[in-house]
Amino acid sequence: MITILAYGVGNLQSVVNALEHIGVAAELATSPEQVRRADKLLLPGVGAFRVGMDHFTAAGFRESLDEAVLVRKVPLLGICLGMQMLADAGTEFGVTAGLGYIPGRVEKIPLDDPALRLPHMGWNDLQLTGACPLLDGLEQEQDLSAYFVHSFHFVAATADDVKAVVDHGGMVTAVIARDNVFGTQFHPEKSQAVGLRILSNFARL
Amino acid sequence: MLKVRVIPVLFLMNGLIVRSETFSDFKVIGNPYSELERYSEWMADELVYVDITREGGHDLRRNDLKVSDQGDDVIAILRQISRHAFMPLTFGGRVATLDQVDEIIRNGADKVLINSAAHRTPALVTQVAEKYGAQAMVAGIDVRRIDGRPVVHIDQGRVPVDDDVVGYARQLEALGAGEILVNSIDRDGTAAGYDLDLIGAVAAAVGVPVVACGGVGTFGQMAKGVTEAGASALAAGNIFHFTENSYKRAKKTLREKGVPVRYPYAG
Repeated sequence: MITILAYGVGNLQSVVNALEHIGVAAELATSPEQVRRADKLLLPGVGAFRVGMDHFTAAGFRESLDEAVLVRKVPLLGICLGMQMLADAGTEFGVTAGLGYIPGRVEKIPLDDPALRLPHMGWNDLQLTGACPLLDGLEQEQDLSAYFVHSFHFVAATADDVKAVVDHGGMVTAVIARDNVFGTQFHPEKSQAVGLRILSNFARL
Repeated sequence: MLKVRVIPVLFLMNGLIVRSETFSDFKVIGNPYSELERYSEWMADELVYVDITREGGHDLRRNDLKVSDQGDDVIAILRQISRHAFMPLTFGGRVATLDQVDEIIRNGADKVLINSAAHRTPALVTQVAEKYGAQAMVAGIDVRRIDGRPVVHIDQGRVPVDDDVVGYARQLEALGAGEILVNSIDRDGTAAGYDLDLIGAVAAAVGVPVVACGGVGTFGQMAKGVTEAGASALAAGNIFHFTENSYKRAKKTLREKGVPVRYPYAG
């Protein structure tokens, strides 16, 4: 059972649909109690860092999530903004504190090439840079691209925490992982076979 | 690197998928659920659904539309489609209020396409961008040429409103649109190819991705949308409905012509 944190941001239905499609049970958590009982967690999110953190704080999940992730070591997958919120801080509209589960900062994707645009939106090829159970079996796919929509990216403090990157004017962080905490910048629920496999891998942890 | 997206556009009229020509001739193709299966099997990058049902019932210029059972209501269709579509979905057609946008996003769309309302009530574009992010706000521009000059039209191509297409595109970007879909009404359904001058002018003028639409008849023509007009994504309706295995063949041709596309197929 994957417990999805419903804190008022993000298209949760798509994630639920994808999990249902691969036969994984999912529940939407609207109370800290559900987080306390969870054995696998998913943090979705779309939009600005500050808005996401504000909603998250207001939803009252902080304490129960910290306990689950840092004490009970429950596996947590952050998707898109959810992955960015795992950082120490975000820099959109000023500096905002993040959850601090994986050291790093969220910064605007630097672009020099006028032919490249932001948001980074569309399918881009994942380049695997480190071993990670989320990425198991991906080499069997015909195509390794995933669907991204973002203008900011996670700049990890520890290079080894970065498990996959994509190229958009330079290397952009696509997958991060540290202990029981994982993040994908792209939307696995919108990335067809590649995404569904990653969700399956997470479900099987 | 970031790939060029190839996007089938599906027109819904009274709940059924139709093909259109110059926004005036419509022929029923099938039901939205079987169409989705095809596009999912084909691993389409993205899908755009546009509800072109006209106010007060359907346009009876074609016999095909005298069908006694209509399709489901569009929101129900969207909800059902989004349960099985694991690629981004854009939904549009007669979207005029934030409430409608809320309902569309809630029922499974990732992005909303707004056309006439973006012109009538530009504040809506900003509201949508602020609530859901610019990437969810696709502004549509339908263009008909009058004496050779491109003119923005609204209300399904019926009302000319602006003869400065580029200026209008810039306004939409400034309002918060994260993507602009440029559609040539004159080319719609004609297989004459994209209006490359039109698309090129808009793509050069804005910083957000531009989606080319209207007129594709051959895959070679599709490629020019990128190689000659600088579009970030290539949309097409009819070409994907009538040719076997057309989506994969489109990708193959695009690849051969040097357009970077996703190719999740063997061979």
